[in-house]
Amino acid sequence: MEIALLIILAVVAVVVIGVILIYNGLVQRRLRIDEAFAQIEVQLKRRYDLIPNLVSAVKGYLEFEQDTLTRVTEARANAIAAGARGPAEQAAAENMLTGALRSLFAVVENYPTLKANENVLSLQEQLTTTENQISFARQHYNATVRDYNTAIATFPAVLIAGMLGFLKREFFDAPDEVEQVPAVDLSLRT
Amino acid sequence: MSTFYQQQSANRRNSFLLAFLVVALLAALGASIGYVLTADPTGALVVTAGAVVFGAILSAGSYFSGDRLVLAASGARPVDEASAPQLTNVVRELSIAAGIPMPKLYLIDDSAPNAFATGRDPEHASVAVTSGLLEKLDREELQGVIAHELSHVRNYDIRFTLLVGVLVGSIALLADMYLRVSFWSAVGRRGSRGGGRSEGAGLGAIMAVVAIVLAILAPIIGRLVQMAVSRQREYLADASAVELTRNPYGLERALAVIASDQEVLEVANRATQHLYFTNPIKKFEKRASGLFSTHPPIVDRVNRLRELTSRPPLGSEEIAGLSGLD
Repeated sequence: MEIALLIILAVVAVVVIGVILIYNGLVQRRLRIDEAFAQIEVQLKRRYDLIPNLVSAVKGYLEFEQDTLTRVTEARANAIAAGARGPAEQAAAENMLTGALRSLFAVVENYPTLKANENVLSLQEQLTTTENQISFARQHYNATVRDYNTAIATFPAVLIAGMLGFLKREFFDAPDEVEQVPAVDLSLRT
Repeated sequence: MSTFYQQQSANRRNSFLLAFLVVALLAALGASIGYVLTADPTGALVVTAGAVVFGAILSAGSYFSGDRLVLAASGARPVDEASAPQLTNVVRELSIAAGIPMPKLYLIDDSAPNAFATGRDPEHASVAVTSGLLEKLDREELQGVIAHELSHVRNYDIRFTLLVGVLVGSIALLADMYLRVSFWSAVGRRGSRGGGRSEGAGLGAIMAVVAIVLAILAPIIGRLVQMAVSRQREYLADASAVELTRNPYGLERALAVIASDQEVLEVANRATQHLYFTNPIKKFEKRASGLFSTHPPIVDRVNRLRELTSRPPLGSEEIAGLSGLD
């Protein structure tokens, strides 16, 4: 009789410890998702701050490209405003901004003195790295979501994940606008 | 293997199997020596544990301050955003992708393109690159190399290879001590074999032979396995780098550029060669298909990357084109 009792106690202990470990693991993974999401915001803000510097650095040289410059400034303002209207709208506005910046850099290619200008080169590098950081931040976010979704769907966590309130999370998906190639204006204007 | 996930799983599995092999080797050696010396299984356990502890103590210094030593020995100087903006940006981008804190950055003034990472965990990591690397690679290629180095940090490779090193070192220590002990005791005895343990005498003699054979072979086998582990972790770092950048081309082109570069990295030597992105000792690189090499051959690394994008392996003309390997 005593052995049977001991065995039952041992099994219960193993199950309890198992549930604790699984729960802690899932909580950790879920928190990583939230952190990764917040990091995306950080990178987007960085870009907002860099753009005015870029525009003022090139403004003097690009008197005939005012359209392009205006597009960039407006797209930036739009993106900042869209931040309050939800992630889908924000992502769409961000992509418009990316498109506007690409047009601007394409235009800069036509002006050799401007292209070689130290300020412009340094700002170009900064914008390149910011764009990369944004996309890597999104990629990392997706990696944390993948990790978490896998954890709650595999054995043994799958048995209890639903009960403990761990639900599947969505990946970050680029909205349809990004499938369109941004228009780059290469018309020769002197 | 067509996805980097598959390559990663295979590499991890292989490296753990190899590490387990080292543990088994150490256990076998310890068991046979312990048996011969004490004719008792607990003796074997004590002897093996003692060797491992001793080896661990010797390696503790390396664990805690190994990175500072290596950086100093390589003549690396710290750099920051002001002195190396593009490098700092690339490292920052990939730290975000990897989800690790940004490592400390160092620059080595040498025209040979190479890089290494040290640090026992992501919170204490350092990455060093040569000035030659910054000059000769474009941004995409630099991303590939940095992604490889950060993957070493993220996969705790420095810690893993140190652990394997401790085990292999313990094997060598144990074997060495035993061979000395049995040599001197054989010289001392000179004629009177064994002891009075007549019942265990047969088994004792067999174990003595087993112990001697293992004592001679185990250090060599251990070393070979250690090199194999190092190569598997290099492949793992390549596959993990692709996971970070999602761009095998950058890393592949970087490997090609570095392979065809003829410069010799002056600060590197036998003790530090295993840390670098590609083997800095050129003649070791040429013999890289050998079992004693810390790095896999560059051609194999490139071919594995080509598998990820469903391209055929390098043809013989392309290999000849990587002139550094001829």
